[in-house]
Amino acid sequence: MIEVADAPIDTAALQRSLENPAAGGYCAFEGWVRNENEGHAVERLEYEAYEPLVAVEGEKVIAEARERFPFLEARCVHRVGLLELGECAVWIGVASKHRDEAFKACRYIIDEIKVRLPIWKKEHYADGDSGWVNCERCAQHGNAK
Amino acid sequence: MKSLTVRYFAMFREHAGVAEETLELDAATARDVFEATRARHGSHEPLGHCKVAINETMADWDAPVSDGDTVLLFPPVAGG
Repeated sequence: MIEVADAPIDTAALQRSLENPAAGGYCAFEGWVRNENEGHAVERLEYEAYEPLVAVEGEKVIAEARERFPFLEARCVHRVGLLELGECAVWIGVASKHRDEAFKACRYIIDEIKVRLPIWKKEHYADGDSGWVNCERCAQHGNAK
Repeated sequence: MKSLTVRYFAMFREHAGVAEETLELDAATARDVFEATRARHGSHEPLGHCKVAINETMADWDAPVSDGDTVLLFPPVAGG
């Protein structure tokens, strides 16, 4: 299941929602708002998502992860709106019978989410400037990723 | 000519100054729509980093567009 949230992510509640007596391993990834990107001091981030297609593409990503690394439970939440430094922007949790599937599925899901889902990130810099990540400034520097 | 509703997101919306507009375009594919709006709004983003959806379904740039379609133009994504 993938969700878009406009309020802080309650990671403890999400972890509990994955509890499963057959699970012997649980792995989570949290993406946090960092204070710097490519030499620019970042003050906050702004995320925008197109929810109908985040849901469709996100479910595809999770289904692919399940096929590759059979797990028991997986969930993902991505924030939208204005986020301050240190806030959790994305949370992914996977519970599986053994640890290997949990680690690998978690990694697969975050990597695919970053390149496939219609989600955009605008960095607000300390100098008052701002820019969309992977567009404009990043593209000009030839290091879009 | 086809009447197409174009929706812009993130940077594209800022460039266009609107979230959505209906345009009369001589466009056969999603790529034609992208090129037409790029000329119209002065964006220089390379197509290769962008994505497109037609009527709520992710599409290829070569996908055909029909009269009345809604075309969603997505600048380079950056989730996570």
